[in-house]
Amino acid sequence: MKKKPSLHVTQTNDGFTVILQGIWVKEAVKTLDLTFKTLTCKPEAHYTFDLSGISEFDTHGIMLILHYAKKFEAQKCVISNVGASESLEKLFTICEQNYPEKKEKPPKDIFLLSYLEKVGKDALEGYKTLSYFFAFTGELTQHVITSLLNPLTIRLKATLYHIEQSGARALPIILLTSFLIGIVIAYQGATQLEKFGANIFIVEMVTISAVRELAPLLTAIVVAGRSASAYTAQIGVMKITDEVDAMSSMGFSPWNFLVLPRLFALIISLPLLVFFGDIVSIFGGMVIASTKLDVSFVEFIDRIKETVALKHFIIGLVKAPIFGCVIATIGCFRGFQIDSSTESVGKYTTISVVNAIFWVIAIDAMISVLLTELGL
Amino acid sequence: MKNYVAIEAKNIVTRFGQSVIHDDVNFKIQKGEIFGLLGGSGSGKTTLLREMIMLQKTSGGQMLVLGTDVMKISSKMAQKLRQKWGVLFQFGALFTSLTILENVMIAMREYTNLPNWIIEESALMKLSMVGLPPKVAYMYPSELSGGMKKRAGLARALALDPKLLFLDEPTSGLDPYSARAFDDLILTLRDTLGITVVMVTHDKDTMTNVLDRFIILGNKKVMFEGDMTLLKQTTNDELKKFLS
Repeated sequence: MKKKPSLHVTQTNDGFTVILQGIWVKEAVKTLDLTFKTLTCKPEAHYTFDLSGISEFDTHGIMLILHYAKKFEAQKCVISNVGASESLEKLFTICEQNYPEKKEKPPKDIFLLSYLEKVGKDALEGYKTLSYFFAFTGELTQHVITSLLNPLTIRLKATLYHIEQSGARALPIILLTSFLIGIVIAYQGATQLEKFGANIFIVEMVTISAVRELAPLLTAIVVAGRSASAYTAQIGVMKITDEVDAMSSMGFSPWNFLVLPRLFALIISLPLLVFFGDIVSIFGGMVIASTKLDVSFVEFIDRIKETVALKHFIIGLVKAPIFGCVIATIGCFRGFQIDSSTESVGKYTTISVVNAIFWVIAIDAMISVLLTELGL
Repeated sequence: MKNYVAIEAKNIVTRFGQSVIHDDVNFKIQKGEIFGLLGGSGSGKTTLLREMIMLQKTSGGQMLVLGTDVMKISSKMAQKLRQKWGVLFQFGALFTSLTILENVMIAMREYTNLPNWIIEESALMKLSMVGLPPKVAYMYPSELSGGMKKRAGLARALALDPKLLFLDEPTSGLDPYSARAFDDLILTLRDTLGITVVMVTHDKDTMTNVLDRFIILGNKKVMFEGDMTLLKQTTNDELKKFLS
């Protein structure tokens, strides 16, 4: 039968004997600790720990004994152990050798100082990231130029693979979002235009806003969400598993194998996606125009030909490769920032998507202002 | 009657799609034994280990760990069983978001009612037992070398004083001196705490000095079961490779 763990102190002629009995395992340690706490230690006395009654033990139980033995010793008591079985003796010695004498805790932070330290670190980090980003884009430009001068070095297969992954596979979701956006613009416009009886202007409204701004922007945002994150995570995990280093050591440039195929893939596929997005969002507008405003499909298309200038389509399509370039650059750049920890994969993937979407919108705004000022 | 068998594998079959890894594998591991799983690459040693700790399912047969069939276990029982073993993965598998000390403490925090100072002290003691200096305790896994991660992983596996210890290539990647120290540590733990140790290993010295018994997997079956003295008498050429 298992004996309940217990602890008694008896006085003998040359000091005290602490009798330990029963199972000294981790489940019992909490109550034993409370019993130990009630013991008052007489300074400079002789304490003998009688371990013969211990039937079962583990490192936690032994640690508890050691902890109080050290506490007693601090009060100049003399401690000795008797009656330990062979295996207990053995484990006891190991535990004693490895007992953490003094805790080497790192110094506690003072709030204000640690806050200032964090601000400083973040500022420095931001500066470093910026300069690393400039170095990255610089090197990227150089590699793009050299590979365009020697087109045979472009990894065609990898590029096609990424066109499929980031372009073709994004088509369904982009068609759906563009269609819905076409419906949204037309619907909101329809209620306003109906008041003026200016139903036919729905054509200009839908077509220009969709092809010039909304289709390219939405396509870029969807692609940023899908591909910037994918690129960051792919490259980051390759870095963690040393694949990138393996490549470099074999003389395969990570630029040619990893970055350029992704960059070219997005530069090529985004205009194509935008083109499909244009068609579908106009179609969405046409559906609403014919149901709500009695503007038939034929009328709608005739009106596009008459009043909507080609430049709007072209501006939308020209913006697309710029967005693609931004998304791919940010996705790859953040991927190379990932270091050995698994946590940083999540961190940089998030940053990568947020950055990519932000810069797509910011660049779109810049282009919009610039072109309007130029009178286009 | 006391049961002296810690783990028993009965007619284990493992298939990944078309390829068969184990076909009718049988062995018994006694309590208090240090047992080795050996075999060439791709012979399914690590798979077998993963099947014991319920990370992978067998395609057939029975795997009895501490008397319970891990294939037919309720999730509550499984959770209980998991607290009775410690696992050291090949590369340590420390949680990167926690410090080394927190890595060792986490199981004690979750599964015991011990006061915080006891948890902390015993975690520090475990770290020292596996040969790590105290300053490592407050560092993060990414700041440690491969060998140190492995030691920290062992400290984490030992945190709850397990009855069963599973080690996946514990000495690979360690320098010879540390590897022998690791072996000694495992021997002492077995002698004092009566732990049963199951390890996948390639290390010749570990085979001779530490393992009580081992099996060699090959051709989807157990090719050999026994100890070093028995292996030395073999005439089989396949088995002789493991001696050189």
